Amino acid sequence: MAAEKKAAGTVKLGTRFKNMSDTNLLLTITIVVFFLMYIGAMIFQGGGFLKPQTFFNILNANAALIITSCGLSLVMITGSIDISVGGVVALVSMCCAVYLDYMGGNVFVSLLIALGIGLAFGLIQGFLIAYLDIQPFIVTLAGMFFARGMTTIVHTNPFNVENEAFVALKNTRVNVPGMGSVNKLGNYVPAYVEIGVVVALIIVIILFVVLRWTKLGRSFYAVGGNKQSALMLGINVKRTKFLSHLICGILAGIGGYVYFLHVGSGAASHASGMEMNAIASSIIGGTMLTGGVGNIIGTFFGVLSLSTIQNIVSSAGLDQAWWTGITIAAMLCLFLVIQSVVMARKKKA
Amino acid sequence: MKKENVFSRLIHNQIFIPIAALLILTLFNLIADPSFFKISMGYNSTGDPVLSGYLITILDYGSELAILAIGMTLVTAASGGQDISVGATIAVAGSAMLRVLCGTNSRPDELQAPIIVAFLVGCLAAMLCGAFNGVLVAYFKIQPMIATLILFTAGRSIAAWINNNELPVINDVGFTYFGGFIPGIPIPTPFFIAVICMIIIALVLKFTTLGLYTQSVGINESSSRLNGLNPAFIKFLTFVILGVCVAVAALIKVSRISSINYSVIAKDIEMDAILAVALGGNSLSGGKFNMAASILGAYVIQFLTTTLYKLNVQSDALSAYKAVVVIILVVLSAPSVREKLSSLGKKLKPQSKEVA
Repeated sequence: MAAEKKAAGTVKLGTRFKNMSDTNLLLTITIVVFFLMYIGAMIFQGGGFLKPQTFFNILNANAALIITSCGLSLVMITGSIDISVGGVVALVSMCCAVYLDYMGGNVFVSLLIALGIGLAFGLIQGFLIAYLDIQPFIVTLAGMFFARGMTTIVHTNPFNVENEAFVALKNTRVNVPGMGSVNKLGNYVPAYVEIGVVVALIIVIILFVVLRWTKLGRSFYAVGGNKQSALMLGINVKRTKFLSHLICGILAGIGGYVYFLHVGSGAASHASGMEMNAIASSIIGGTMLTGGVGNIIGTFFGVLSLSTIQNIVSSAGLDQAWWTGITIAAMLCLFLVIQSVVMARKKKA
Repeated sequence: MKKENVFSRLIHNQIFIPIAALLILTLFNLIADPSFFKISMGYNSTGDPVLSGYLITILDYGSELAILAIGMTLVTAASGGQDISVGATIAVAGSAMLRVLCGTNSRPDELQAPIIVAFLVGCLAAMLCGAFNGVLVAYFKIQPMIATLILFTAGRSIAAWINNNELPVINDVGFTYFGGFIPGIPIPTPFFIAVICMIIIALVLKFTTLGLYTQSVGINESSSRLNGLNPAFIKFLTFVILGVCVAVAALIKVSRISSINYSVIAKDIEMDAILAVALGGNSLSGGKFNMAASILGAYVIQFLTTTLYKLNVQSDALSAYKAVVVIILVVLSAPSVREKLSSLGKKLKPQSKEVA
């Protein structure tokens, strides 16, 4: 093995590119695209993009998306899909908002509610998909509509949460040392991230470690790559699938709470289209729809790429709502085609 | 014995599922409130006689769903996935139609082009969208639901962009006929349009090999290729056909209000169309299909929607109830559940003989 690696180091870049595993190849494309885009934005648009806080604001606004996308990537690596995450996020924030504001509940219990909703969705959907062999898309489409409908049933009108403990938690900022800037008055303003970002980063790291170095993590890849051979390796395919959906559900619950922490209100229209953004981020991050290929770090960069392009579009003055939709779709399309082409070439080689 | 055969054949027939659902819903409405079935004759604003009542509403709105179900059934059968961009594509096609009808002015006093030209342009737009999805699915081998996700995300934006985000309003009586009533005929026009579509698809399925080919591609792609079919082209074709169906539905939708609302038009209709296919007992993972069952399924879905509306369910909350119905349906039709049910049925068989 060592000799092989050494040899690979000396051969031309082209062959090295070919010998790369699918996961690493797609991950590299994503990271390169993200940096090119961000550097491009710094050069051509300057202004805000040069300040570190702009980057942290992107993180702040998308912490929930990072968490839900991680769950979704896990499901997609296992060869399944979950499009209910956006609905679950909306339902979680609405339920927590109603509980905190109308029932005077405390913050800790509201967190439990969020986890409970996520867990319930994960359990039911996972059971239907893994043990009853129902198409994941149909089950989670129903899950999405159920969650959206329930959100309206719980409460119709949007409202802000004014629970004191919650507002204190919402406004908690974690300063990032050494990244601050000096404002017009000459005062030093530290760069900050919200609590949600910290949670998101912890989840990214945990999932990365689990997927890379644990037996369970490897079995997700095995099941997604080839069900039949995973079964022959003695992996419990059904349980693995079930677990992936369960984790995705719980992460959607946590993501919902982080989203709720960021916006601080409940509304039926919250997180609309989030499932699409999460799927797009995972795909841009190099997770293959066919399963077995993907990387959590890639997903993280996928979210960053997606939100950076949104920022570029809106700061370029094209802030009419429709441009965002079109650019995301175009980017999704581009990456889908890249994946398909890369895979086709790999097969030939 | 013969009687039981007829009975079991009926139960095993695919079309039994939507019929049973229809019967259950009818029974429910009969018990809850028999006035559901009242049909009254009234006059609309132009003084023409029209029928009104819940059943007419079902006939009216179910028709556009039935048209979509035709295309969705073909796509499902051939590709083993569903097109979730139909709602967004309706917005695109409808927007294109209005653009042609209005010309440069968004509120013209008279039509700037004949309706048939506008319809053809809308058709072209929808077929292009279908072709885009088809290329991604058939030639790039991307899962249908993900490939159509692209247009699902971008479609409504494109629709707004076609008309520069203006809201065109058409001032023409002739245009309202497609989604309303033709003077002198008390039955809503969408129903007639749906019947025409059904006749066309019935003829196509009877006299061409389209049905056979889509089913064989859906059942086994590689063996149908070995038999000399071109699976990629057939998949592509089904998406284009769905595009035509979408354009027809878009014409009805736009005609209903003589205008368009990009973010609301045909919202969640993809769910209903997929549901219609599922309710028709068709496998959502492709293969054999039964067109009549799908079409009946579409009307049953509309029956369900109308029933829920009558029970004063909010339109936003509607989706939660429908989701429950979907889950019950797919669980009942899941292979492992069916096996258990049929083994349960075998145990009960001696009893059922006595009943028969």
